[in-house]
Amino acid sequence: MRLILRYARKYRWYIAGVMLVKLLGTGTELLIPYVMEHILDRVVPAAENVWPVLLWGLAMLGLTLLTRFLNVNANRLSVRVSKETTFAIRRDLFQTALRLSGRQMDRVGLPSLISRMTSDTYNVQNFVRMIQTMGIRAPIMLFGGIIITLTMDTGLALILCVMAPVMIALVVFVSMKGIPLYDQVQRALDTIVRIMRENITGIRVVKALSKEPFEMRRYGEANRDTARKEIRASIIMSLPGPLVTLFLNVGLTLVVLIGARRVNSGDIEPGVILAFLTYFNMILMGIMGLNRIFMMLSKANASANRIAEVVDTPEDLTPLPEAETAHPATGDMLIFDHVTFSYDADSADGQDDGSRFLGEGRRQCLRDISFSVPRGGSLGIIGATGSGKTSIVNLLMRFYDPQQGHVFVDGRDVRAYDRDSLHRKFGVVFQNDVIFADTIRENVVFGRDVSEDALRLAARDAMASGFVEEYADGYDHEAAIHGANFSGGQKQRLLITRALAAHPEILILDDSSSALDYRTDAALRKAIREHHSASTAVVIAQRVSSILALDQILVLHEGEAIGLGTHEELLERCPVYRDIYETQMGEVS
Amino acid sequence: MARRDTVMRKPKDTRGTARRLLSFLGPYRWVILAVCILSLISNVLSLWGPNLAGSAINAAAAGKGKVDFAKVNHDAGLMLACYLSSSLLGIAIGCIMLNVSKRMALQMRQRVFDKLMRLPVGYFDTHQAGDIISRVSYDIDVISTCMATDVVQILTSTVTVVGSLVMMVSISLPLSAVTLITVPVAIGYTAWMRKRTQPRYAKRSRSYGTLNGFVEEMLSGQKTILAYAYEDKVAERFDAINHSAADAYADAEHYGVTIGPTMGSINNLSLSLIVLLGAVMYMRGGIQLGSISSFVLYSRKFAGPINAIAEIVNELFSALAAAERVFTLLDEAEESADAEGAAVLRDVRGDVRMEHVAFGYDPSREIIHDLSLHAEAGKLTAIVGPTGAGKTTIINLLMRFYDVDRGRITIDGHDIRETARRSVRSAYAMVLQDTWVFEGTIFDNIAYGKENATMEEVAAAAKAAHIHPFIMRLPDGYQTVISEDGGNISKGQKQLLTIARAMLYDAPMLILDEATSNVDTSTEREIQRAMRELMRGRTCFVIAHRLSTIENADNILVMNDGDVVEQGTHRQLMARDGFYRKLYTAQFE
Repeated sequence: MRLILRYARKYRWYIAGVMLVKLLGTGTELLIPYVMEHILDRVVPAAENVWPVLLWGLAMLGLTLLTRFLNVNANRLSVRVSKETTFAIRRDLFQTALRLSGRQMDRVGLPSLISRMTSDTYNVQNFVRMIQTMGIRAPIMLFGGIIITLTMDTGLALILCVMAPVMIALVVFVSMKGIPLYDQVQRALDTIVRIMRENITGIRVVKALSKEPFEMRRYGEANRDTARKEIRASIIMSLPGPLVTLFLNVGLTLVVLIGARRVNSGDIEPGVILAFLTYFNMILMGIMGLNRIFMMLSKANASANRIAEVVDTPEDLTPLPEAETAHPATGDMLIFDHVTFSYDADSADGQDDGSRFLGEGRRQCLRDISFSVPRGGSLGIIGATGSGKTSIVNLLMRFYDPQQGHVFVDGRDVRAYDRDSLHRKFGVVFQNDVIFADTIRENVVFGRDVSEDALRLAARDAMASGFVEEYADGYDHEAAIHGANFSGGQKQRLLITRALAAHPEILILDDSSSALDYRTDAALRKAIREHHSASTAVVIAQRVSSILALDQILVLHEGEAIGLGTHEELLERCPVYRDIYETQMGEVS
Repeated sequence: MARRDTVMRKPKDTRGTARRLLSFLGPYRWVILAVCILSLISNVLSLWGPNLAGSAINAAAAGKGKVDFAKVNHDAGLMLACYLSSSLLGIAIGCIMLNVSKRMALQMRQRVFDKLMRLPVGYFDTHQAGDIISRVSYDIDVISTCMATDVVQILTSTVTVVGSLVMMVSISLPLSAVTLITVPVAIGYTAWMRKRTQPRYAKRSRSYGTLNGFVEEMLSGQKTILAYAYEDKVAERFDAINHSAADAYADAEHYGVTIGPTMGSINNLSLSLIVLLGAVMYMRGGIQLGSISSFVLYSRKFAGPINAIAEIVNELFSALAAAERVFTLLDEAEESADAEGAAVLRDVRGDVRMEHVAFGYDPSREIIHDLSLHAEAGKLTAIVGPTGAGKTTIINLLMRFYDVDRGRITIDGHDIRETARRSVRSAYAMVLQDTWVFEGTIFDNIAYGKENATMEEVAAAAKAAHIHPFIMRLPDGYQTVISEDGGNISKGQKQLLTIARAMLYDAPMLILDEATSNVDTSTEREIQRAMRELMRGRTCFVIAHRLSTIENADNILVMNDGDVVEQGTHRQLMARDGFYRKLYTAQFE
């Protein structure tokens, strides 16, 4: 909630304006039945002719139009405030999200981050808009209604004063019971959607094993469970409306009964009873409005807190002052100096919450890794999934900081660099890297200063020019989201083009040729060797053939370096490497 | 909220769809009849209320000391009874309708799922999972909400509108004339506004869609964006998208927020006119004060449903459109029923023949023209060829996911089209490259193919698949829950799980799609070992990627562009110096 206040602060005068206008609008709205009562009770009986009645009638009409004018404008102004606030929240949220460090990203998680960016900001937007108007209207309706009836006749108004709190308590109580029930319904619905998705993706397996009846039963159970929860939740949530109406009608009856007595004793005019009936309606609306505010508030508060959690994340991995950084022993381009690293920095003390187990990639870490690659040299990294290959890239580019040891790039501690200037040294293809929905050109150029010639040369080296130039619109061809309109091999070739285009000082290819056939892979290696020899290269691969010609090969096993040397040296000295090599010679395709 | 935002989509065959939708209510026809009667009673009672109130006020209107208490008490008592029973009936009706509508949703969801289970595999190849799922989660929800709220509302509204009108006319014909002005104004205004707001809300939904898509895409490529120092450019683009989303929101709401106050003012206008006219009539002695009060109350009741009518019609249409989408799915052609007296295979030896088989997914585009092969019991048939050559088509035919267009396939001499599907499919165990697990325990996932499997059997299968040690290392062992996307276990481990599943299933024949990339070497060796074990003594069809498999195969089908271009043993094919030889030698270049 503090987040909303912080962002809305800028508009506080504006909001005050909205509220004032709304206050006036609600005030005039409340006056209308008052005037009506006045006409019926005092003006009409006393009128000699029709003019005073007409005059009062015109006043009522004027109030009606004024009410509309004020309310419409208050609403429109509130729309502006919520638009601007949400725009700013979303902008900051996106900016922060984009710059989250690896560790911060791991903690929040991508799906959650996306829903914070979208549905949570919509919730906040709705709330900001409604609270400015409903937040005034509902209490005024409620309390204004009560106050006016009090001035009309205290005795009758007391009925309301007793009933209103009871009704509010009832409504709030029921809503509080109902909201968690809806969460349960949502979870149950998620389950049936999940089962359905499982069956659609696995339809071949289901049919092959003739499990259709079983799946129908499994789905049926979840389905019935959902229906049961849905019925319970929606019945409970449907209760406040009719119950409040019931209470109010009982109140009405009491007003008539007691009103009649007070008319008889001469305390009030009969018209007061009629006006009471109208104000009762208003109070009813006030109570229902408060209920809505209450529900919206709890929803928006949860959303705002989720957003604040991201927006308030302090920037991680900021550059260290030169004095605090380490200095390398040699001037090599890339140096790992006794690096030890784990993704789970917090639970490094071995504490495991036991409720979940993380994928290999997360749990594994690097232990005491050292290597050094001279400028223009090359390093191949090979090892099982989860042996820490990708972690080396993550550390080189400082997406994470190691727990021990130092990483040096171009003679400086990576922690000394400003993030962008460190990253500009690299041309990288990550494992499962992404193509964005944009032209091929923009996907390669990526806002950098890459000439048309450089683009074409890179595409040729990456073996991509062939298929790209087959498109009628060539490099202006649009990629679909996630590059869905390209095959796996085409995507990898475009990604490599991106990495090569700016002739980076350091070229990193993480499992980036797995979808290429042997012939293309070989041609790609040759092109890189011939045209990009100035770049220092790090190649991570599953295939031995992709790395065996490199200057050095690092063999990783469960986070430890079990071999470092040339292909020939490793074949001789490293049994794991030899094993991998021999297994793979039995692979075609 | 989303419901309001969708542009009204008119169903194509309104009457047919409506009739069919009603048929779902068939089982509840007596309940619904009861609801109709109850709602009639409830509404008449609540309509009578204001009348009684008016009568009581009239009795009290005589003024000080002249109130007729007998009448006031009598009327107020009746009033209370009316309101009480009407409210209780209303609550009961709400509960009943919620029950009916949710049960109907339950039934529809089940019908859709059961239908999916009976659809041929081809349906899932041509329809997106997201689309199918939205019929269950979204469309059915729209229908059921419409049933629960709108049907009740229509029932009560009709009674209320007709009833109030009758009462109003009976109180005063001239006053009723006022509604002749205000009601058309209200209806006309909503219709006019709808035309203005709807395209704007649709635009807002679209721009939210763009925003969501952009956020999802960029955040999933966050690492790449950072690596190329592209974040400022991306933030800039987000600003533009954020801006247009905010503008679309403000634009739509600018119009949207006028509706409430305007409807309110139309109601107040009507009130003013009634009071004005009523006052004039009272002065001429044409009407009593109490009658004006009850007239005001009735006119309120009358206006409520009229204001909501446009909304209800709109919701009805979107419910019908949703129903139509659901029915389209329910009308899809199912897998043909087994032929009459279909044979059931017993003690399958595993002797498979394809005789002059021709097949095309699209009847006009034949993929397989004339394929014959003979796989003797216990022999290994390998299928090789580049991606997209049609290797999976053969598997689709063998499993009878599709029927051949010409020729025939036999198992032990039985034409599979004259054999029960279930029995054909159960003759094969299948391990596909797209490994499939569902959210459930590891035990359940392995035991999937065999009902009532014991722990010993499951563990034995897991041991044979070399996954047992891994499972035992997990905190909950075989009871560890894994999920659809398998986020918590690696791809290789999923592959081993599906091999264990096939081991336990223990069918006489085996279909295998060898896994290729993205699995590390040591896991790959485990998989290879497990597969060799699985293949022992079974008739095997293998989509092959490995030399070892191919060299040992008794028969190799070489496919290219949907055709079997060569067939024979490794030695025969190498001797022929054709496509196979080229494919085979590529890797040694």
